[in-house]
This record gives sequence, C-alpha cells and structure tokens, in this order.
Amino acid sequence: MAQVTFRVWRGEGEGGYFEEYTSEVGDGMVVLDAIHDIQAEQAPDLAVRWNCKAGKCGSCSAEINGMPKLMCMTRLSSLDLTQPVTVEPMKAFPLVKDLVTDVSYNYEAKMKIKPFKPRKPDAEDGTWRIQQDDVERVQEFRKCIECFLCSDVCHVLRDHHEHQGYIGPAMFVKSAAYEMHPLDVEDRISDLKETQGLGFCNITKCCTKVCPEHITITDNAIIPLKERVVDEYYDPLTRLFKIFKPNKSK
Amino acid sequence: MTTPYTTHEYDVIIIGAGGAGLRAAIEASSMGVSVGVICKSLLGKAHTVMAEGGMAASMGNVDDRDGWKVHFADTMRGAQYINNCEMAMHHAKEAPERVHELEAWGALFDRTKDGRILQRNFGGHKYPRLAHVGDRTGLEMIRTLQDHGIHEGIDFHMEVTVTHLIKEGNRVVGAFSYEREKGRFLLFKAKAIVIATGGFGRAYKVTSNSWEYTGDGQTIAYDAGADLLDMEFVQFHPTGMVWPPSVRGILVTEGVRGEGGILKNSEGNRFMFEDVPPNYQSSTADNEEEGWRYVTGDKHANRPPELLTRDHVARKIVKEVKEGRGSPHGGAFLDIAWIKEHIKDSESHIKKKLPSMYHQFMELAQVDITKEPMEVGPTTHYAMGGIRVNADTQMSTVDGLFACGECAAGLHGANRLGGNSLSDLLVFGKRAGEHAALYAKEHGDGTIDAAHVDTLVEEALAPMSRQDGENPYAIQHELQDAMQDLAGISRSEAGLNEAIEKIHALKARAANAFAPGNRDYNPGWHTALDIHNLLTVSEALCLSAVQRTESRGGHYREEYPEKTEEGSSYNTVVRKAPDGSMEVERMPVVPQTDEMKQIIEDNK
Repeated sequence: MAQVTFRVWRGEGEGGYFEEYTSEVGDGMVVLDAIHDIQAEQAPDLAVRWNCKAGKCGSCSAEINGMPKLMCMTRLSSLDLTQPVTVEPMKAFPLVKDLVTDVSYNYEAKMKIKPFKPRKPDAEDGTWRIQQDDVERVQEFRKCIECFLCSDVCHVLRDHHEHQGYIGPAMFVKSAAYEMHPLDVEDRISDLKETQGLGFCNITKCCTKVCPEHITITDNAIIPLKERVVDEYYDPLTRLFKIFKPNKSK
Repeated sequence: MTTPYTTHEYDVIIIGAGGAGLRAAIEASSMGVSVGVICKSLLGKAHTVMAEGGMAASMGNVDDRDGWKVHFADTMRGAQYINNCEMAMHHAKEAPERVHELEAWGALFDRTKDGRILQRNFGGHKYPRLAHVGDRTGLEMIRTLQDHGIHEGIDFHMEVTVTHLIKEGNRVVGAFSYEREKGRFLLFKAKAIVIATGGFGRAYKVTSNSWEYTGDGQTIAYDAGADLLDMEFVQFHPTGMVWPPSVRGILVTEGVRGEGGILKNSEGNRFMFEDVPPNYQSSTADNEEEGWRYVTGDKHANRPPELLTRDHVARKIVKEVKEGRGSPHGGAFLDIAWIKEHIKDSESHIKKKLPSMYHQFMELAQVDITKEPMEVGPTTHYAMGGIRVNADTQMSTVDGLFACGECAAGLHGANRLGGNSLSDLLVFGKRAGEHAALYAKEHGDGTIDAAHVDTLVEEALAPMSRQDGENPYAIQHELQDAMQDLAGISRSEAGLNEAIEKIHALKARAANAFAPGNRDYNPGWHTALDIHNLLTVSEALCLSAVQRTESRGGHYREEYPEKTEEGSSYNTVVRKAPDGSMEVERMPVVPQTDEMKQIIEDNK
C-alpha cells in the first residue's frame, strides 16, 4: 500500500477547481477504485458516472493526467505515482458536475443517422444468409462502447465547437457500421456530406489513438466514408453522367 | 413550502432499459400506446452490455436434432424442476423467433458455413444452441434494441431513479422518481408499468454485476404489495476473476469453457471429472479426449465436465480451494492456452473467439490467456428469484404492474442455464410490453393523491436534511461483507440468522443515513436511497434461504447438503404483511401437464 495524491476536478457548470486528496493505493487498482475510495471516505458527493467497471459499458470516460481514458481500465501502476494523479472531466462536452459531463450531444447526433434498413430476406422463412467474412468486416465498428472519448479529443468539437453541423467520430463509426453492414440498403452518404459534417474531419487521427476498443476510426471508418462521398459527388464519370441527365441532378 | 416536481403522463412506462426493458418498450410502442422509458444510467449502458456468451434458441442451425422440446427439457433439468414450466414452454418455443427478429433489426451474429446463425455449446444445453457474436453478444443485443428503439417514438428519461410506485386500490397508477443529474423530482402517471430493472448482485462484495444492480425493481414492487418468489436462489457464476483484488468478481465468460477451456487445481488435475451429478452422468464425457471432440463439434461425443451446470462447477471450485488445492489467490486455474496441443494457430484462434477475455486479462491482470491459465473463482452473478408474475402476461400480483427479465422470477427455478438469460429478456420483454399495452388500452387513467407525493418528496430529501448521521457507503459495505460471508455460496441456519440480525441493525442505521451536499449529481444521496433496496432484497433472500432446509441449485445449505422430496414441491413467496413486516410462505410448484412430463421423459 502506498499513499498517492489525486488532483480531482470539483465544480459545476462554468466554475471549478482541483481538489487534492490522498488515498491508499493497493495491488492492481485502477483509477476508478481510487475515486470510489475518495468518495466513500472523504468526498461523498463527488460525482462520477460509472457502471460495469470492466471496460464494457463506456460510462467512466475522463481525462487522466491529460489523457482521455476509461477510469476503470487505467491501472494505477501504469502511471507515475510519485507525482499527483490528475483526474478531470471530458472537455468537449458541457460539465454537469465534477467528473460528469452532459453527453446528450452524442445521443442527438445518433438520431440524425438513418436507421438500419435490411434487404429482403434471402430465405422463405424470412431469414438471411451471410458469410462469416462479411460479419467480420464490420465487427470492428460494432465493438464501439459509446464512451465518446473519440469525440472528446476531436478538435472540430473540442476547439471549434461545431456540435451543430458535425456528428463526431463516434457517430461516423456508427454510420460506417450501418453502411458496411452486409444486409443494409439505406443510403447515408448525402447526409454525411451535407448535414453531418464529414468534411470537417481532416484526418488527424487523434480519435483512433484514444479508442479503448482499438477501433481504427480514421483509417477504417472515416476515410472509407469520405471515399464514398467522393465517389458519389466528385467522380468525373458520375459528373459527366449528371450533365447529360440534368433533371436527375437536383 | 413543498419541493416542486414535474409530472409526465404515458399509457405505459417501462422502468429499466436493458434488454428486457427495451424489448418491452418496442413492443408496447408498436401497439400504438404512448411509452416512456425510465433508466438509471445513460441509454445503452445497462448491465445487458456485460453478457458475453450468447442467447439460447433452439434453431438447430448447427445440430438439427435440436428443437424447442429439447430446450424446454434442458431448462427444466437445469432449474431442478421447481421453475414455472409454463414460462419454460413459452421461452423454448418463442426464443428462435426473437433471435431472428433481432437480426432483422440489425444485429449481426457469427455464421455457419452455409451462412446461417452460428450456435455454440454452453453448460446444460444438450446441443450447440447459443446465437452469439464473439464474446460480446450482450453489447450487440442492447445496441440493436437501442438503435431500433430510438426511432420508434419512445421517450427516454435517462439517469432517473424510481423510488416508489404509486397505487390506487390494488392497481398501480404511477411512479415517483428523481433525476440523478439535477436532483429534480419527476412524477410519472401511467395506466400500466413494466419493471425491468435487473438483479441485486450489489448486495454481495464479490459480484459480476454493475452498480445499478441494487434490487430497485424487486423492492418497489414489494413495497407496493407484490409477491417476491424464490429469493433464496442466487447464481454464483463459477468463473469470475480473482486477482488483482480490485477486479475480483468480474466475469470470465462460460464461452471460454465452451471453446475448450479446462479447469485444473494446483496439482494439475482436471478435478471436474470427479463427482459428476447422477442426472448428468450419461451425458458427460468420461475422458479428456472425448471432451475435446465435443467442443470441436463431434455429435457423438458427450460434453466435458467443465460444461456442467453453474451451481455444480462453482461448488467444485470452492471444494478444491477449501481442501488446499486452489490457485495462489484462492481460485482454480482455467486454461484455454492448452488447446495449442490440438490447434496449430491457437493464439489467433483464441483472440478471435474470445477477444474481450483476451483484452480483459491483458489489461486488468497482465495475463496473456493464449499462453497462461487464468485464475478464476465464483462470483455473484444472477438472481433467479424476483417478482412473481403470471406466466402468460408477466403481470405481478399487483394490477397493472408487470415485470420481465432478471427482476422477474419463474423461468429459471433453482438454477439458470447460461444463455437462457438473453433469450429470457427478449421473450418475456416482448410479452410484458404487449400485455402492458393491452392493459393500458382496457383501463382508464388512475388518480394520484398529491398529498402522498409530497410525503415521498420529503422522504427522499431526508438524508440531506439531517445535520449529521450514518455514512451510506459504510452501511453498504457492511451489508456486502455480511451477505458475502453469511448468505453466499454456502449457507447455514446460524449464519443466515446472523445475517438477518445484521440487516435489521443496518436498517436502523440506514434510517439515519446522512448525505452532505446538494441535490446536484450527488452519489452519496443516491447511495443513501439505494440502500433501502439492498437491505430489502437481502432480508427477503435470507428469510427465504433459512426456511429452505435442503440444497438445490444455487442454494446450498451446509447442514442439508442433499435435495429433498419436500423441497421439490414448493416455491418460496415473500410479501409485505399488513403490519409492514416481511412474511414468508410456501406455494406449490406449478404442475406440469402430461405433455410436458412426456417431453421431459423423452429427453432424459
């Protein structure tokens, strides 16, 4: 057991400050354990959002020593404990209190994505036949636990506050999951270009770096979606085709 | 002056947004009634995300000998025949359709070679039966229901906790709640209410359950006069993590054993080959080679003993530890790395079949499961008992109050088979949603007494209006210690009585719980309100357990290690007596029809 100092953000809305707590740290503990100990013994009203404590629900997102992480999956032994450990809320979303932020933006963004629409069933009994390879191709996106750490680090949101016209990397992953779903027949490409701000992403790959599920967000989700936009809107052959059929270009 | 509250009105409200709650909401909404969902967490975070192994449904895609009759018989045997056979029938018959429907809403399952839904082996299921996607089936399920549900015109009230149901006569007409975020009070008026709040694993110290599992639904139903059933039956999953201490209890999926993982003691013995229960002897492999053939799809092989029912495997691990053959941190070794003897590229095979497990051990315990064994031991996992419901409609003993999923009782009896939970959520979630909507259509608005709501407001504010008092976290921790030691995997009359005394003492202290701070996102206050629920379900559990003087399924009594004839004849009911005390009574097990008896006999 060692005594470790934690600098934890306290406050509501616009105001706030770092409060220092000293807590005992034992074998195998993660940051969320330390926060719980502080809550139980020193600060009962310290607000923190969490659920499964196993890296599966994506509730306990925070910034630990400045790095966006899940508190439940960050082992204290991976941090320099000779220095105070800083725990802050995510920055891209409005603060509710202490470590809890208002992430409703992400839920609203998801509502803008057209829902799943399957092709007609393949068999008479109403079921489909799908190859395992096609299932595996989209697995990566379907692992998303909606922790929103990717959107937290995205400069379009964090620095430029484009929450209105931009659905964020988490929802690009969702769009990719639908677009590459072997049964889906919906078209989301024009929405992505026109109202969901796919073009704002300039591929800095910050989102990929922080994903706790190791989803290659930029390369595997966002870039292929951008390519689909290019194919549909900027492909010279398609454009030529549209010139000859002007009534369809509207 | 009284604190204000906001009123919402719906035909049907659903409390809880895991698999069962979401399925109920989708069904109710499809019937044209207005639906509001209230959930304690953010949408999509409910405990269903933790489910790993899969969803049991006898589609027969891998072994065409499977069918609903076999699934029914397996469920009955696993439940030790004291479950509700009518629910087991509905479940076995309807599960395949619920899986297909999920696929139509966008869920993607692993496939067979001919492109159909792949099914995997699991403990207690005769044939490969679990539709799955890797080891994150629960996430796939909740996300599919969530993403489908948000476009169905349902209102979601996130991070809202219900503290009381409100009745008019014997009919439920509303629910009183608070918003976690700002502490504002909300009153929901409804013609019918579905409870789908999950279990109460947080009553124990070592549990695979998330923080939300504080027995809220069981308690508000009990407080409203509903019967609780079979509360003594708690499932201790045999394989939870045991090291390091801070992750103790986190689930290690049964899928590890389904993929060929074996259990060993410190002497390197596969101890599960000893003491196979008589009713499973004919279907269990008697050597290692046969066990391996089974998990790799040989239809003529019997299953390895690691895939016996959870109650049995859990007690076997405890026995090894007690007799000094445990792993360094008090568990057993679960080894999947050994399959390299049979599979060339075992490392990538394991990573593909069990990706979350690989991750979980790498990141939390720094163990590479493709190379070394895991240390595992029992963890509190599932409540078989809960709110007593009608097998067809899922209505409780209170009019207009329905329950489905883990918070309801009946399907699983003394022991639940792995994979039967996710299918339970869908089958009975749908039924509850449907019947709640029908009830709402047939009944008018209820009346809520405003003065009563004012007392509920006051009661909720009490922990913050005190100047000093008991630390709610300390009460919760003491309860968890007591339940772990005295009402866990091995129980005795003396221990259970001690636990009941402790619960009474903690109740008295909880009445004086103190939460400093204000109503804004105040976990101390939330905990102070939650402990009433934890104490209520714990008391119901201990009272039920003390009167069941036999061992059966998840309930093991040291003084009575065997099953009794009498024990197979009744279920335990707990309800609130007119004087406010908890009364326990026995009721006869729902009788099987001749057809059911024949099916069970044919599938012995």
